[in-house]
Amino acid sequence: MITDPVQVDKVSGQTTTGHEWDGIRELNTPLPRWWLWIFYATIAFSFVYWIFYPAWPLASSYTSGVLGATNRTAVLADIAFNNQVRSEMAAGLEKASLTQIAGDPKLLALALAQGKAAFANNCTPCHGSGGQGQKGYPNLTAGRWLWGGNLDQIQTTITHGIRAPDDADTHTSAMPAFGKDGILKPEEIREVASYVRTLDGLEPEQGVDVAAGKKVFADNCVACHGEEGKGNIDMGSANLTTKVWLYGNDLNDLVYTITNARNSTMPAWGKRLDPETIKSLAVYVHSLGGGQ
Amino acid sequence: MTIGAEEIYDEGPLYEVAKKVYPQKIWGTYRRLKWIVLWVALGVYYILPFLRWNRGPNEPSQAVLVDIAHSRFYFFFIQIWPQEVYYFTGLLIIAALILFLSNALFGRVWCGYACPQTVWTDLYFWVERQIEGDRRDRMKLDGEPWTADKIVKRVAKHAIWLLIALATGGAAMLYFVDAPTLLKELFTLQAPAVAYIWAGILTFTTYALAGHMREQVCVYMCPWPRIQAALTDNEALNVTYRFDRGEPRMSVKDATKARAHGSPAGDCVDCVQCLAVCPTGVDIRKGPQLGCINCGLCIDACDAVMTKIKRPTRLIAYDNDENRERRKRGEPNVYHLVRPRTIMYAVLIALVGAIMLYVLTTRSNSHLSVLHVRAPLFTQTAEGGIRNGYTLRFSNKLADPQDFTLEVSGIAGITLSSVVAKPVADGRLGVRLDPDSTLEVPVYVTTAPDVSLKAQSTPITFTAVDPKTGERNVVVDHFFGP
Repeated sequence: MITDPVQVDKVSGQTTTGHEWDGIRELNTPLPRWWLWIFYATIAFSFVYWIFYPAWPLASSYTSGVLGATNRTAVLADIAFNNQVRSEMAAGLEKASLTQIAGDPKLLALALAQGKAAFANNCTPCHGSGGQGQKGYPNLTAGRWLWGGNLDQIQTTITHGIRAPDDADTHTSAMPAFGKDGILKPEEIREVASYVRTLDGLEPEQGVDVAAGKKVFADNCVACHGEEGKGNIDMGSANLTTKVWLYGNDLNDLVYTITNARNSTMPAWGKRLDPETIKSLAVYVHSLGGGQ
Repeated sequence: MTIGAEEIYDEGPLYEVAKKVYPQKIWGTYRRLKWIVLWVALGVYYILPFLRWNRGPNEPSQAVLVDIAHSRFYFFFIQIWPQEVYYFTGLLIIAALILFLSNALFGRVWCGYACPQTVWTDLYFWVERQIEGDRRDRMKLDGEPWTADKIVKRVAKHAIWLLIALATGGAAMLYFVDAPTLLKELFTLQAPAVAYIWAGILTFTTYALAGHMREQVCVYMCPWPRIQAALTDNEALNVTYRFDRGEPRMSVKDATKARAHGSPAGDCVDCVQCLAVCPTGVDIRKGPQLGCINCGLCIDACDAVMTKIKRPTRLIAYDNDENRERRKRGEPNVYHLVRPRTIMYAVLIALVGAIMLYVLTTRSNSHLSVLHVRAPLFTQTAEGGIRNGYTLRFSNKLADPQDFTLEVSGIAGITLSSVVAKPVADGRLGVRLDPDSTLEVPVYVTTAPDVSLKAQSTPITFTAVDPKTGERNVVVDHFFGP
């Protein structure tokens, strides 16, 4: 940058800045007056803003402004407004019974939409995005239910959970750990596991006495699982004759189940969700294909 | 090497200050034509929203309505849904082709007669002439200091201009909401804020463009002059000064003397009336130029003078360059209005119009689409069959409720079930749709137990039938298995 005599441009009448860079000069045109005053106005506005809104950080807090507005209160206000709008629409859900909801097209559409959203928020970590579950997490679409698949039973299961520690009415089933507690010997467990596979039409293990397994089954399992292994919804014992297996139908899986029992849990959602949401969830889960 | 600042700018500034144009009043054929087009255009613009069209109790009764809130466009008996917005494409193509055709026939007539800029600027010129007087009076008023008279005149003119602009901006809103309702709401200050905002924006643009910008829009802002200049050929009619007849220009006295002596005398008497009446302030005697909007007012002005001095009219006329050459050679004028270019445009317009008509008249009143449930792709049921989930969306475009029966085919022994649709005869499901609405119906397709699927993915077909009209909607999707 070299100093340069100030010149006047022929066309615009402006002076140059008085510096020259490799022969390049710049006109010293002043900022437009309208722009400058708008700029001053924004500065003045900032002083007003500091008074009314959160602005400056202090050592361990901040200036919160006269209005006391925070993002948190704004979000809470939005949520409260949303709940209020929802409550107007959901008033019908509150009054209707589950069968009435399933029969009324408008209520059904609302319940399905609400259930779908609530399901995605609460249920998908265990039951999967479409309710299909995986090994160890129930498949809600298949039509095999441990605790019943009609609307009321689904609602009860959602409300009280399974082995939920904070709910007195929770579903509890107690399959004994036949191997761990020493009720059955390992060979007997393998025999009954093979027999259970034949109940489902699967191949038993080679070289295992399936007839002996059937006797073990009759002595130990029929009390909960029924004469033909069809299960008992009141007790939460599984139907062993369907193609749907919660913990797998591999020989090793069956042996493990019989040896150690399975005591998985489901939260009691009645403690966390309001009744209308649970109604919507029940209707939605019932509509996933396996409802009865 | 240092370069002085003065040396760079020796071509002079690129910016030219706009000179104000004072068009003079004139009467004649083309002025009358302009007024007719103006009345028709403004009449259509202001009256169209108020026309009614009865569509039944469930639908709006306005003939032309862009119902953004409900995503529908109504034009008399035509109703367009959002997925059919390509009809606008067809309309725009036809509009563009009509513009090209009009240009190939008569040159820049859109600019001179029909363009909204020209129509409103013309109206604003008329208002200005009524209040401030004709050309000379207006020029004098501009030069005067601010007397009480001038203040009153100026305030009145701008007030009326603003009123017209307000009516224009407000009328634009009436196309989007039911017109009588919105009009009442606008006046009682009950209309939604967005209506006022947009009416305000359009008021401002009307006032600025028609009142202040005027010919600057045509010369600098609008792309059509430059596009049409490229599309114009030698046969298109443009407002042309017939210099072969008009030059050399001289006064009436000199012309009479010259004709008596037998020397050449042009008809142009340099009265400059053509320049005086021109709304964009161009001198047509300089030839075709960007500012000439082909309105033909200079033709009327010149004809008036020619009639007074008893010379033939149409010294300026809608003519083409080829004819000038022909006249030089002594041949008669030829007008090729029907030529390959215009025929091609007309054929294209007819073609696009026919396609649109065909598509419009063969539109169905209902629609069906299907989406496969993504998770899970398939489920093995407790009984042993395979089940796939689908979400079907029915659309009912009529103003009455409509029933549909749904069936599925493609694999032997499959059944259809749904919590939303209710079973009707022999394995089919039935749904009822509200007027002018869509409905999402989740369905499940289940195979019989222990049926083995031949492939991991099998095509299946959903058919929805309207029992009243027999109209069928068919969609194909896939059935997945292990």
